[in-house]
Amino acid sequence: MSTNSTRLDARIPDGNLQDKWSNHKGSIKLVNPANKRKYKVIVVGTGLAGGAAAATLAELGYNVQSFCIQDSPRRAHSVAAQGGINAAKNYQNDGDSEYRLFYDTIKGGDYRAREANVYRLAQLSTSIIDQCVAAGVPFAREYGGTLANRSFGGAQVSRTFYARGQTGQQLLLGAYSGLMRQVDAGRVELFSRREMLELVMVEGRARGIICRNLVTGEVEKYAADAVCIATGGYSTVFFLSTMAVNCNASAIWRCYKHGAMFGNPCFTQIHPTCLPQSGKDQSKLTLMSESLRNDGRVWVPKTKGDKRPPQDIPESERDYYLERKYPAFGNLAPRDIASRAAKEVCDAGYGVGPTGYSVYLDFGEAVDRLGEKTIRERYGNLFSMYHEITDEDPYRQPMRIYPAPHYTMGGLWVDYNLMTTVPGLYALGEANFSDHGANRLGASALMQGLADGYFVLPTTISDYLAEHRPDGLTADDAAFDASMKQVSDRTQRLLSVNGKKTVREYHWQLGRILWEEVGMARHDKGLKSAISDIQSLRQDFWNDVQIGGQGEEFNKNLEFAGRVADFLELGELMARDALERKESCGGHFRTEYQTDDGEALRNDEDFCHVAAWEYQGEDAVPARHTESLDFENVKLSQRSYK
Amino acid sequence: MKFTLNVWRQEGPTASGRFEDYQVTDIAPEMSFLEMLDALNEQLVQQGKRAVEFDSDCREGICGTCGLVINGKAHGPKQACTTCELRMRHYSDGSTITVEPFRATGFPVIRDLVVDRSAFDRIIAAGGYISTNTGSAPDANAIPIAKAIAEKAMDSAACIGCGACVAACPNASASLFVGAKLNQLSLLPQGEAERGRRAVRMVEQMDAEGFGNCSNHGECEAACPKEISIKVISRMRRDALRASFGRL
Repeated sequence: MSTNSTRLDARIPDGNLQDKWSNHKGSIKLVNPANKRKYKVIVVGTGLAGGAAAATLAELGYNVQSFCIQDSPRRAHSVAAQGGINAAKNYQNDGDSEYRLFYDTIKGGDYRAREANVYRLAQLSTSIIDQCVAAGVPFAREYGGTLANRSFGGAQVSRTFYARGQTGQQLLLGAYSGLMRQVDAGRVELFSRREMLELVMVEGRARGIICRNLVTGEVEKYAADAVCIATGGYSTVFFLSTMAVNCNASAIWRCYKHGAMFGNPCFTQIHPTCLPQSGKDQSKLTLMSESLRNDGRVWVPKTKGDKRPPQDIPESERDYYLERKYPAFGNLAPRDIASRAAKEVCDAGYGVGPTGYSVYLDFGEAVDRLGEKTIRERYGNLFSMYHEITDEDPYRQPMRIYPAPHYTMGGLWVDYNLMTTVPGLYALGEANFSDHGANRLGASALMQGLADGYFVLPTTISDYLAEHRPDGLTADDAAFDASMKQVSDRTQRLLSVNGKKTVREYHWQLGRILWEEVGMARHDKGLKSAISDIQSLRQDFWNDVQIGGQGEEFNKNLEFAGRVADFLELGELMARDALERKESCGGHFRTEYQTDDGEALRNDEDFCHVAAWEYQGEDAVPARHTESLDFENVKLSQRSYK
Repeated sequence: MKFTLNVWRQEGPTASGRFEDYQVTDIAPEMSFLEMLDALNEQLVQQGKRAVEFDSDCREGICGTCGLVINGKAHGPKQACTTCELRMRHYSDGSTITVEPFRATGFPVIRDLVVDRSAFDRIIAAGGYISTNTGSAPDANAIPIAKAIAEKAMDSAACIGCGACVAACPNASASLFVGAKLNQLSLLPQGEAERGRRAVRMVEQMDAEGFGNCSNHGECEAACPKEISIKVISRMRRDALRASFGRL
């Protein structure tokens, strides 16, 4: 059922790995500066990728329309990233280089990302830091006034730049201030509290979007010469995740339904250090930054079901399982590996806490070694966040953590220019599938978002725009009214079900299915049952959901209902992709495919490719296309962190 | 735990609002305040009633979306805590809790507990940035910045733009919000070039949006979930005044 499709031309430039991006820039078609203002570009989403792209496109002279679902662009979920951003500056003189960042990222992604994209990312990483400092981002510094760095999971060099535990917030506010500068200059028109609910296609090209105004409920139409999607990832499909409650997949799902292929939907990242699940009332799982693993040690009791308080368990009766299994990387093992190891010890009955599904993250030794003051300086805000949520003081007793859905490496398939399989439709940041393969390394999401937004898209988009000059199309075109009607009809359909179960109930149930069967460990039988369970849940949703209120008004429940309806379709695609990928790689662990010591067993012979899914119509099985991944610069090997 | 909630309901910006009473039961002490409101909404929808509208997003205290006045206090009783971080264990079982939106002329109510804070975006658009185009930056280590200065800038940059300072201020002034941004950018060498112009424009925009003046009550500092110091306001005033006389 899979075909190596000619439609998936990644358009990777020729030349040496190091020269591809500069060669490409040299051959891209340009738009004359005086003509740029005749173009209109829509950017959906205002996180690191969308905010940076909208600001930069406007600086270049394009007319930009920027949309976000939040009440302000400053609230996009990039704001919540804690730990840091990687860059191959080698300020620490510890042997870092563009090549090393590239290699770590390719290896960390378990050899399921494109070499050319990842190398470009490593090359651009240094310019990102320069740009952010110039924009006023107050990164941590040394006493001499130079920038400070720390190490982060999956790397053996210190290349992570940070602003306390709020790096994402500071980078986002940097991009936001650049965006607002362009609003001030009249080159960006800002539309907040708007949700994109349809992509408008005219003559096979993306030409606009339909939004719901979340304040009034009115359906609005916008036309442009190109549409850029930067709406983030889809981990909220699991209901409980580290994502913000409004994060959703609806924009990328509309694009998928218009022919944009969906790359590697089953590649999801379960983050190892989050607050454990407690009950059905929980609305999200709070992340505790991975940077904590620099000083915290992960352990469980050596005896099954040991109920003693952690401080009463002597050193000799503790199993520091990451240090034991992965002596070279220890507590800094990559996320997929650390998560799976936690699941393994808990499944075997060694877990702690009321549910037995958590492990200790212990700072006792670090406090003794460095003093409480230093620990407070490094992690103060994270410790107080933990204290407030759990009512336990992490300076006195170990934190309890457990893995939680966090990031999605999968997303809309894009070529080297970040264009999807739909002409004129681009995807940036977490919304695309491009750079992280089957597992993302810590502090690389911020890097990719800003690389795409500040540097890649603003450069590559002219290649398309130069070929497609403004043709006078406006939102008065009939295609826009037809799309608007689809949006209104769907809203009416949702409201008219008028059943008995709440939206949250459905979302919770979907999350359970996905967490159990499409989570940290997957297998043939479970994935098949997940597909049929999701199908019947979806049917039930359309027969028995209760929303309340009207369409033409502020109605959060209606917003959530539309998103959950899409999640109920996306969840099935994730399971399908996981079922077809008959190997283990990165965050995708199939229990049938593992090494003798329980590590992921890749099948490079048959699966060294990107799986890109093409929509075939309602209730039809989507088509699986493949883009083969060619490794010319790194040697594929069994990933080892021992 | 169980609670009686006294919640502000208002159908739209021009409708007149009122308080309505609701009972919630089976609330666990570790639930957040917003999870308690989620439970209330589940109950209301199942009864075929209209859910209470409130804003929230990250639910971990960093995005600044949520914000309620709880028993008269913006973000509730705890210091350095947003509404979403607040846990029900801080309330005694069986008590009555009053829930209102952030009220200010500059923050018109959209529905129930949701307010329009777009005035903050317009204030930032009036100069709350450093004018630098992508690609034009020198090496990040070209300009050293003393650790102490960077830390101070970060203290101000920690603002999440929630608007609790406005809600807590008897004058509904946005001075803490504006002062924090001005302070961050004027402390950094990169922001020095536009320091005076920025202060004048942002203060003018704040006034134009209908926020009141600061008269040193200090309620903003007490309500700020990120504990931003009121000292940022004195710097804002000094810069704006000096700049208006052409001295900056």
